[in-house]
Amino acid sequence: MKKLGKIYLLLVLAFLYVPIFVLIVFSFNETKSRSVFSGFTLDWYVRLFHNRIIISSLVNTIIIAVAASIVSTVLGTFAAIGINSMRKLPKSVIMNITNIPIIDPEIVTGVSLMLLFVFFAARMNLEFGFVTLLIAHITFDVPYVILNVMPKFNQMDPHIYEAAQDLGCSPLKAFRKVVLPEIMPGVVSGFLMSFTYSLDDFVVSYFTTGSTSQTLPITIYSMTRRKVSPEINALSTIIFVVVVIVLIVKHTIENRAARKNAA
Amino acid sequence: MKLKYFSAPYLVWMVVFIVVPLLMIAYFAFTTDDGGLTIKHISDVGQYANIFVRSIWLSLVATAICLVVAYPVSFILSRMEKHKQGTMLMIVMLPMWMNFLLRTYAWMTILGNNGILNHLFGLVGLGPYKLINTSGAVVLGMVYNYLPFMILPLYSVMEKIDKSLFEAASDLGCSSGQILFRVVIPLSMPGITSGVTMVFVPAISTFIISRMLGGGSNLLIGDLIEMQFLGNAYDPHLGAAISLVLMVIILVIMTVMNQFDPDDQVLM
Repeated sequence: MKKLGKIYLLLVLAFLYVPIFVLIVFSFNETKSRSVFSGFTLDWYVRLFHNRIIISSLVNTIIIAVAASIVSTVLGTFAAIGINSMRKLPKSVIMNITNIPIIDPEIVTGVSLMLLFVFFAARMNLEFGFVTLLIAHITFDVPYVILNVMPKFNQMDPHIYEAAQDLGCSPLKAFRKVVLPEIMPGVVSGFLMSFTYSLDDFVVSYFTTGSTSQTLPITIYSMTRRKVSPEINALSTIIFVVVVIVLIVKHTIENRAARKNAA
Repeated sequence: MKLKYFSAPYLVWMVVFIVVPLLMIAYFAFTTDDGGLTIKHISDVGQYANIFVRSIWLSLVATAICLVVAYPVSFILSRMEKHKQGTMLMIVMLPMWMNFLLRTYAWMTILGNNGILNHLFGLVGLGPYKLINTSGAVVLGMVYNYLPFMILPLYSVMEKIDKSLFEAASDLGCSSGQILFRVVIPLSMPGITSGVTMVFVPAISTFIISRMLGGGSNLLIGDLIEMQFLGNAYDPHLGAAISLVLMVIILVIMTVMNQFDPDDQVLM
């Protein structure tokens, strides 16, 4: 029974990984063939780094992800502080609306923002591009920050904030010294989550971008629409290696923290 | 200063960028270009009934396959030694971190007419088969992309099930089949419902998977919406109406799923 389970797990893992490994293998293929490996080359990697569109969309993606996740973290953390001190009814109304971008299909979030931006573009000096992308990314990022920070308040004793003030802290200092350290883990994970969602987003960006500001997923999409180009394989390989490194580092840090807590 | 005012900037943001855009969808769905009220767009959606049926059917099939494939995976994971679970979970979730366009592109190269599978079939004298641009390829793409969305919630529920419950059930005379149906499945119901929603919602609204793996003949609701906003068929009123219907379908499915969730039931 145990053996059967292991075999099954291996099969599922093969299903998940074989397509990625195929991509990686063919990134070193000499010809453009997607089925016959004819010889080893690093040409596609060289071409990738000389492809200005890919490099500039990578830079755009990172700028937008960093900006959107910083703004969302600040906006979301303050929102969580405020929402937490509200009464039950307004709290649940706001939380239900906050959940909408998470539950709704991405395409609906995308087209609804597009309708709004079209409306503004026609009446004000708004162009589809960096600004609309940034607004869209913040909009789908903030809910994740709020959802990560809110539970930290429930775990916190509400009286320690008052106690700090009774002991002579100004409200600001009490917040900085008492509340912030307590909610910090939620703030950090909210930030990381929005950052990864922003890096990875295609659907919402697709509807809210202009011709001036392309993100990497949008460039990848237009590459897949054209003829076969093994540069995508090279890009996939690099992304895969980066992901593996990041996850191993994250895993090691978490393991170490868990062991420290246990000790 | 009251703490609740801290949320003011977000509340403004929320109204402008979440509430207003959704109201605009509703407004566009029920109005004409000159602002008159109409239900024409909503009734026009009926012309695309076949696409709606196909989307619902393909995403239900994909969700069912995900559930059947993921259930044993999550169970095996949840019964591993504690220190192995974290590592295994990371290995299972890792492909998720690749952009889904790249993951779908990988299947394009595998299933293509000159792809690897047909090449391998050719070596043993079979094929070539038409693998890509079929509804099967679309379902495969959905399963591949969203399988981890099913594994994760199932695992996090099963991990909390105490092993002694299985021992108790078997001491009381349950066969392993009975343990599965009377202990494991009822206790993992919250994981099943959230996994099903997490797979079904992106599956029914995708337009990339159908476009990359389904060719032109397997249009889904997502393609239809995309065409109304960015395609040749530009008609935001119809697009908004279709989006509205899509949201209603998802709402209905989620309400049905919630019926199965023991947390929400008053009587047990």
